[in-house]
Parts: sequence; C-alpha cells; structure tokens
Amino acid sequence: MSLPVPVPTRRAWKVWQRNRDSFFKTYLVNFLPPFIEPVLYLLALGYGLGMFVGEIDGIPYVSFVAPALLAISMMNSSFFECTYSSFVRMYYQKVYDAMVATPLSIEDVIAGELLWGATRSLIYTTAMLVVLAAFGVVALPSSLLVIPFSFLAGLLFSSIAMCFTAISPSIDTLNYPAFLFITPMFLFSGTFFPLSVLPQPIQFFALAFLPLAHVVAVTRSLTLASISPPVFLSSLAWIGVVCAVLFFVSIHLMKKRLVV
Amino acid sequence: MQEIQADGGMETAESGRQTPIIEAQNLVKDYRSLRAVNTISFSVMPGELFGFLGPNGAGKTTTMRMIQCVSPPTAGDLSVFGMDVRRHPAEIKRWLGVVPQETNLDPDFSCRENLLVHARYFDIPPDEARARADRLLDFMQLLEKADVPIGDLSGGMKRRLILARALINDPRLLVLDEPTIGLDPQARHLMWEKLKALQSRGNTILLTTHYLEEAERLCDRLVIMDAGRILVEGRPSEIVRSYAGEEIVESESTPQVLACLREMGCRFEVYGDMVQAFSDRPREVARRILETCNPGRVFVRRGTLEDVFLRLTGRDLRE
Repeated sequence: MSLPVPVPTRRAWKVWQRNRDSFFKTYLVNFLPPFIEPVLYLLALGYGLGMFVGEIDGIPYVSFVAPALLAISMMNSSFFECTYSSFVRMYYQKVYDAMVATPLSIEDVIAGELLWGATRSLIYTTAMLVVLAAFGVVALPSSLLVIPFSFLAGLLFSSIAMCFTAISPSIDTLNYPAFLFITPMFLFSGTFFPLSVLPQPIQFFALAFLPLAHVVAVTRSLTLASISPPVFLSSLAWIGVVCAVLFFVSIHLMKKRLVV
Repeated sequence: MQEIQADGGMETAESGRQTPIIEAQNLVKDYRSLRAVNTISFSVMPGELFGFLGPNGAGKTTTMRMIQCVSPPTAGDLSVFGMDVRRHPAEIKRWLGVVPQETNLDPDFSCRENLLVHARYFDIPPDEARARADRLLDFMQLLEKADVPIGDLSGGMKRRLILARALINDPRLLVLDEPTIGLDPQARHLMWEKLKALQSRGNTILLTTHYLEEAERLCDRLVIMDAGRILVEGRPSEIVRSYAGEEIVESESTPQVLACLREMGCRFEVYGDMVQAFSDRPREVARRILETCNPGRVFVRRGTLEDVFLRLTGRDLRE
C-alpha cells in the first residue's frame, strides 16, 4: 500500500470499458463535432486567412495549419475529458466511489480515466485525419503515424488534466487551467504561425513548458512528411518523459485527495 | 501494470464456522486532528446480521469505510474474511457487497446496464452477468424498469437497484450504510424483507441505521457508538433489558411526581414536561404514582432501543 510509485493493475481497462460504453451510447453527439470543427477551421483559417498569408517556409498556409488542428484536437479532447468530465464523475456522480467498492483500486480507476482520455484523443484525431485527408492537406502515408502518436499526446494531456482535477477544490476552479494554460497554449505553440517569429525567450519558454509546442512539432513533421530527426526526436522524448512522470504524479495526487 | 495475486486468503473463511467474518482489534482512525474512531474492537460471525447505531459523527460510516478497504486504518488490526484490509483490499472486495449512504448509481446507464457494468468490475463473464442481472432485477422487483435510465427512477427504486448492484458478485458479506434512508414505509418493509431473505441464505450482513426500530427488528447483535467509541454491544433484547428495563414508566413531571420517585428510590430522567422512571417493578411504581402522587397521566410501556440510545448518547443534537 505504501509503495512510492502508485501501481495500477490491468483492472484499469474495466474503467476504460465503462467510459467507452458511455461514449458510444451518445455517439452522434460525440462524433459530429470532430467532423464539423476541422472543416470550419480549415475553411476559415486555411483558405480564408491563407489567402493573405500565402505560404510559410514554402508550405501552403492550409497545410501549415492542418497539423495544428490535429494537435489542438488531441489536447482538447483529452484535457477536457480528464478535467470537467472526470470531476463530474468523481464529485457529482460518485462513479469512482462505486468503482472502488469493487476489486478496483483508486489507482486502477485513475489509470483507466487517463487511458480513456488518451483514447478519446485517438478517436477524434482519426476522425479529423479522414476529413483533412479528403481535403488533400496532409501527406500520406506518413500522416497515418499521427494516429498512434495521438494516443501518446492524449495520455500526456490527460495526465496534466488529472493533476489539475486532483487539486481543484471545485469544478469552477478548473476554469483557471482551461483559460490560463490551454488558451495560451492554443495560440503560442507554433499552431497558427511558426514559433520562430516570437522573441527568443518566449520560444525557449514555449519549448520548455508548453506540451502543445512539442505535439505540434511532431504532428507537423508527420503530416508534411518532412522529418528533421533532432527536432522530431527531442520533441518526442520531451513528450514521453513528461507523460511518464505526470501519469504517476496525477494518480498519486488523486489518491491523496480520495483516500482519506 | 501487473495483476496483484491473491494468496489464498479465502481458505480461512472457508474453514470452520468459528472464524469471524470481520474482526477488529483496537481499531483507530484519525482525520487530521480528529479521532473519528477511537480504539474499538468487535467481531462479526458468519451469518449474523450485525448493526452499527449511533448519532451523526459517531464513527459508523468511517468504520464501514475501513471494512470496505477504501479508508486505511490509522492504527489497530482489522481483518475481513481473515485477511488484513491493508494488505488484501482487492481480494476482500471481491466478496463484498456495498450499499453506500449516498446513491452512486451510474447516471449514464439504464438499470440493467448499471448491473452489467458493475459485474464487469468483478470479472464476471458477460453471459453470467446477464443472467444474474435479470435474476436480481426480479428479486428486487425492478424487472419492468430494466431498461429505464437511472434519472427516471424514484428514490425507493434507486435504493433497491443499489441493493441489487451490491449482490451482483454474490457477496459473502453485505455492508449497508443506512440502506433505508428516505424510503417510504412500503419500500422500507420490502428492504427489510429482502435483507432477512438474504440472511436466511447464509449471507453475513452489516448495517448502520438511524432507525432504531429497524435495528431492533433486524439485528442479531448490534453496537451503539458515540464519539468514536463503542458504548454497548449485544443482542437488542438484552441491551434493552439491561439498559432500559423491560418496561418504562412515563409520567408528567410535576414536582409531586418527582418527589414520589425520589422517595421510592427510583432512577428517573426528566425531558421536557415528561419523566421516565426505570425500575424492576414498573407496574408497581406506576400504580403508586397513580394512587398517591396525583399525576396528570401515567403509563407503562415496553422499553425500546430508542430509550437505550437516548440514555447512552444523550439528547443533544448532533451535527
């Protein structure tokens, strides 16, 4: 019980299955947005704004923005699942209480939630990729690697989200990370313009602390089929390490909150 | 991720009727500076219906949570089915059915789906889960509500569904935290009937309740807790006999009546404008009050658990 690192078991998948079942019960609500949203962004930014921007680093603006849309979707789908939705399940619906009355431990429950957050990222990214491929703005087949990558990126954002959920006194205080962390990340991670146009200190800050910057870098390498190994591998490593650490930190924090 | 292996702890529960299902020794639970459970010891034998009574904040729910392996004890020993709650939570919970105080059904699913999702947490195969779910819905008279979403159920139906859910893993021990709270008399009687039926099938049942009549009616043995301690333990009838007497004399508390009681050497308690007197010969006391002390009214009634409860825990309101 007093292990320094919280150890979930494969019972975590039972929690994942519960969330999957719940998700597919309302699949229309869940599936329509990821198809419509990228089309809107693509039309407004890629083609609308792209008319004036033209090209960035020799790449048509629409192809520059497409991977950012995928990365943002990975972030939003997993982050909001493991903040607001998890908080509702934990605090209002008492779903966790019912789960830990079975052989599941709290570690299993939280690990299952994180795995589900990652899966949501994968589902939405895959749906979106189909749309973007139809518009011909992502390179194939290298873009297919975005699908497994979206699970890793989703796990990262889920773990970050779960840390906030664990320390948030109420559902309203989750607005802080949503507006003060997610929104700046949405804008300043090399999403709609390259990081290189920003002042050097901000570039360093973004690469050190903004997970989305790395997720965008990896995704863009894949959708443009132009991988520069140092950038690609260092971003992938950053994501892997931070994800591994925060996965366990978030479970630890949740355990501290719930096991009293 | 690795599966934690059970190390055969169930064997202790299988062998011999003497082994208690639950055994607590000097159990303590602290929440920061508050001592919620203060060095209690008790044991629950197989097949017993065992009750925990006490005012709010007495430590009943905390004790239940420790037995359910969701709240680790601060000190002392607690074993369920012969296994330590700290070391074998998953193996213990495998055989536990829990009815929590707060309704925590999964609102995303229908009645049947709630049972099926819960069955999956116990690794019950889908076909078996389906059969059990239908049997339990039938047992709790919810079969026609099988496909209704949770939000459309009445309070009583929700409590019944929670009991059905607690039974999905065929538990050896049922832990019920105020199972009949907020139920109408019909639903409460149905719940009692089901609990008795489960007990007669050999289930061990642990329950907390604020309804003393319920405890008196259902429990083989019970404890009354207050401020984290066990004040009394025993069979309801024995507890009533030794703490309140078989019968209690009640009268209006006029100065004259009180003087009479003092003269007779009777133990009594005044509350409001009434006085309760405790005696080995209640009828004689009542007759003497009636004949010589000029009471407004006087009557003898059967002693109840409520008398014991109020005597032991006082009449002050608890938060």
